[in-house]
Amino acid sequence: MPYGPHTEADRAKMLAALGIDAVDELFSDIPAALRATGLRLPAPEPELELSARLAALAGRNRTDLAAFLGAGVYRHWTPAAVDQILLRGEWYTAYTPYQPEVSQGTLQSIYEYESLIAELTGLDVVSASHYDGAAATAEAALMACRQTRRKRVLVSHAVHPHYRQTLATYFEAGLEFDEVPVVPDGDAAGTVDLAALERLLADPERPVAGVLAAQPNFYGLLEPMAQIGELAHAAGALFVAVVEPVSLAVLAPPGAYGADIAAGEGQPLGIAPQYGGPYLGLLACTEALVRQIPGRLVGMTTDLDGKRAYVMTLRAREQDIRRDRAASNICTNQALLALAASVYLATIGPHGLRDVAALGAVRAAELEAALAAVGAPRLHPGPYLNEFAVRVPDARAVHRRLLGLGVLGGLVLADIEPDDPALADALLVCATEVTTAEEISRFAAALEDAIGRSPVGADARSGSDGRGAGLRTTPAGVGRR
Amino acid sequence: MVPADLRFTKDHEWVRVAGDEATIGITDYAAAQLGDIVFVELPPAGRSIDQFATFGVVESVKAVSDLFAPLSGEVLEANAALTAEPELVNAEPYAAGWMLRIRIGDRGQLDDLLDADAYTKLTAEG
Repeated sequence: MPYGPHTEADRAKMLAALGIDAVDELFSDIPAALRATGLRLPAPEPELELSARLAALAGRNRTDLAAFLGAGVYRHWTPAAVDQILLRGEWYTAYTPYQPEVSQGTLQSIYEYESLIAELTGLDVVSASHYDGAAATAEAALMACRQTRRKRVLVSHAVHPHYRQTLATYFEAGLEFDEVPVVPDGDAAGTVDLAALERLLADPERPVAGVLAAQPNFYGLLEPMAQIGELAHAAGALFVAVVEPVSLAVLAPPGAYGADIAAGEGQPLGIAPQYGGPYLGLLACTEALVRQIPGRLVGMTTDLDGKRAYVMTLRAREQDIRRDRAASNICTNQALLALAASVYLATIGPHGLRDVAALGAVRAAELEAALAAVGAPRLHPGPYLNEFAVRVPDARAVHRRLLGLGVLGGLVLADIEPDDPALADALLVCATEVTTAEEISRFAAALEDAIGRSPVGADARSGSDGRGAGLRTTPAGVGRR
Repeated sequence: MVPADLRFTKDHEWVRVAGDEATIGITDYAAAQLGDIVFVELPPAGRSIDQFATFGVVESVKAVSDLFAPLSGEVLEANAALTAEPELVNAEPYAAGWMLRIRIGDRGQLDDLLDADAYTKLTAEG
């Protein structure tokens, strides 16, 4: 279909056919206060000037930094084949096709994505993907409510704060959730408080549909997932594991420790860190929950001639069919990003993924030693994989000074959780397989310098800077290495 | 074609009364309209159902439809055979393709249902 705007004559003809006088009448169901009126856009610019302006804006990105920021988004090496395959125009659809006779390629790519994530999570069923990890996590909580016909979930405080915010939004209409606190100190500091979880599960007036915990958790720590799952199941609740997919190459998969549902962010699988997404929501469950999983499922079958074929197997509970009774508002998937994850996993293979996860852990151990040596010891004693919090006096000012020294020193935890005194002077830092020994040395030297110039309580600037650190959780300025 | 001993809803469910109990299913006409049925979701024994309210969901390759209770009552049994063989609803809608057995809550509600002649007329009108 050629692109061409409607002419006035076209519009008049369509309005006459509809029996209305103006296009606005079509939107009369939307309250006037909610309708967009007059977008205030700048005047058009010549392409030459516009591209120069955009190049200048892009030039403000700090791609020179040694970056140690993770907090839910991770830098990894992406084989060149991934982006090259994504350039092919055949893939450019967000639709999950339901005409198998014309869509075998797209259907096969989704089927392979589902198969790879099923293998990674150790679960039976994988949806054709969701918007991002936060949305997938909220959908998992809704699944638990539908399956158990209960209205309350428990979510660990150490699940990513953005995911908890998204969950709160999804739960505004009639569902409730409580946070499970983390252990304040001792060997298990920063992980789910099992005694508190048990108490929260025991309320007979408010039965729990599901318990959500993250592995690794937001602080990078490893949780006692099997124990959390046992407590959940003993109370008749489902257990939702919020996972980071690369870690599953070396950690026990959710299916192995009794999780009913796994949700997570697929960005580490071959998708560049980018400001605001798009990202990839992973969602997997046991076969018992297949009727509760939102989105679409693609399956493999045989055609009339006995040849292998792919079809959309299940999408029965979607909005276009079930209207207000739909399981979810999702009617499609993140096809291109799911494809990126599939190509990434297929290219590096199971051994390669194990190397990626293991090398990240090695680099993180080196980072821990280097930072401890310059006066920034770990905040929590428990085991971690490739991300951890360190105690840094005057963390926000130090973080800003590090930027001046060419280092993105992770995340200022107080920016995310300003009310938690335990996190007042701490940075959340991570390493992956792309982190180099040279970058670690640079970070340690810069940190020593920055801390040295920051005697606690004597730095006048730290108290007056109400704007916080220059960079927040989303790594706007971090280019792919 | 439509069994004469049954009562019907306008939404194409049938009910067969035997003493205090009733058996519920969907009609041959409904099954034919839906096409190949691939899944039936039914309430467990012990749950109460209300006349003309939804009690379950039937999925075919073409559509997903709510099931409406012809009578109020308590579920005694859901047809477990439909889990593995939902196609029984297409093959034998009035026999092996039954869905629920209930204990009847209010026999008076039978008067609100259609008899075979009225239901045949309804489906003939399309």
